[in-house]
Amino acid sequence: MPAPSAEPAAGPFPRTRHSVLEAVRAGDEPGRREAFGALAAAYWKPVYKYVRLRWRRAPPDAEDLTQGFFAAAFEKGFFERFDPSRGRFRTYLRTCLDGFASKERAAARAQKRGGAALHLSLDFGVAEGELRSAPPAPDADLDLYFHREWVRALFEQAVARLRARCVETGRTTPFAVFERYDLDRESDAPTYAELGRELGLPVTQVTNHLSAMRRELRRHLFETLRELCASEDEFRQEARLVLGREP
Amino acid sequence: MTLSDQVLDHLRAVAGEPEIDGRYEILDEIARGGMGTVYRALDRELGREVALKVSSRPGAATDAEGRLLREARVLARLEHPGLVPVHDVGTLPDGRLFYAMKRVRGSRLDLHFAAEPSIPARLRTFERICETVAFAHAHGVIHRDLKPENVMVGPFGEVLVLDWGVARVRDEGAPPPPAPQDGAPAPGRTAHGTVLGTPGYMAPEQARGEVDRTDERTDVYALGAILYYLLTDAVPPSSGPAEPARRRNPSVPRPLESICAKALADDPDARYPAVQGLSADVSAFLSGRPVTAHREGPLEWTARQALRYRTPLVLIAAYLVMRVALILWRP
Repeated sequence: MPAPSAEPAAGPFPRTRHSVLEAVRAGDEPGRREAFGALAAAYWKPVYKYVRLRWRRAPPDAEDLTQGFFAAAFEKGFFERFDPSRGRFRTYLRTCLDGFASKERAAARAQKRGGAALHLSLDFGVAEGELRSAPPAPDADLDLYFHREWVRALFEQAVARLRARCVETGRTTPFAVFERYDLDRESDAPTYAELGRELGLPVTQVTNHLSAMRRELRRHLFETLRELCASEDEFRQEARLVLGREP
Repeated sequence: MTLSDQVLDHLRAVAGEPEIDGRYEILDEIARGGMGTVYRALDRELGREVALKVSSRPGAATDAEGRLLREARVLARLEHPGLVPVHDVGTLPDGRLFYAMKRVRGSRLDLHFAAEPSIPARLRTFERICETVAFAHAHGVIHRDLKPENVMVGPFGEVLVLDWGVARVRDEGAPPPPAPQDGAPAPGRTAHGTVLGTPGYMAPEQARGEVDRTDERTDVYALGAILYYLLTDAVPPSSGPAEPARRRNPSVPRPLESICAKALADDPDARYPAVQGLSADVSAFLSGRPVTAHREGPLEWTARQALRYRTPLVLIAAYLVMRVALILWRP
């Protein structure tokens, strides 16, 4: 069986809108493995960065610990034991991670054992590069940092989904408008008119494309978020925290 | 795919924007609170900028929706320069309620005070707040969440009292209890036994959740707290009596300290019965007249009279000095 990939655009996500936490509990092996891939895709970067900062691990150790954590979670059923009535899943996951990282030897053993059970294809170089290029302040609250990184991963997944969907359906121009106006923010954003001239579109077309892309991005965000939450209530709470609104 | 902090913040803002087709175009976010988010928007039909207040969750039965609608209705029935006019109310395609209002420019009262150290200048701003609140009271509306953050001061000193979502309208029944708001501070509507408002600015009866006892004097207390803040740059404590203003700032004149103490009385009956009384005392102080909240001694009376009539007194003194000088100098 191939190793599940946690790359956002690679398509390991369940195609339904059901919670992946339900799929983790469901029991059938392929579904469970796929659900783990989806959870890992959303959480591996926050987990890796958190381990590097909170547990002060060097990059190779942090990589092993991140792989080991997901492997142990898969093997020992950490996520199956999550009780939605007791809080948010991401808080639960971080508590599990702290417990796992604090037991160094057990973590190493689990990593070795778990490596056979589940090994994710993760590009740690990207996460390390992000950490180096935008390190948090020395006195940053790591709980808030973990949350922020989780939100970042969520948006990265949604953008990747949007891009994949646009390529699939041949809507490259609308995505180009979105990419140029909303994703390329390093320099001053172009005006609608400038963007229209650049892409050979009337201004109304630019604003229509942008509006449609943002609407679709929002839909992908809500879908991804819904999959990562255990209950409708948790989903609504997370939506309010992430976007300040509900779907 | 890596999203920088800048791109992430931008995407969060645009993804959270309401989906509006047609009349309004969202330009950017102005503020976010427990009840909803305020956006700067372009009204395409009239070609002007407006502020759109959008509730954060859909469903007309939700508390945020109810408060938003209530606020829009309260503002619509009050026409005053100190209140933001509402232009339009509607429902977005995603089911959330919004209302469009005049785009307000200026700075929040606390920030305005930070840049305005002169107490007389601050008091003149305070008088304008009192005028607006008194107008609302005259139309049966009690604000119930007055605080510096809910007052804007425009570039020409004009005052706008905002955030009427927790207001009580006298001829309406008690509003239903609010649902808790995630990550939002407490302000909200009040039902009996439900404590809502802002600590420090909330009258004791409001803090105890005694809805039936909230009336004009509840706003008088909040205005007293704003006056206290204006004089001392400190917020009164959320429980127990406030430290006398002069102890915090010895330069506060005694009459102002007395006005503050009267407005902040624990017992509503001991406060000014109406905002006009408070405002009249502040105006009296500014014009050197006696204030009802303060019984002055002979020395204070003399000092006040001297201050009030300082111009004619100086002229008379100068005249007398000249006369004496002329008499003495005459050969």
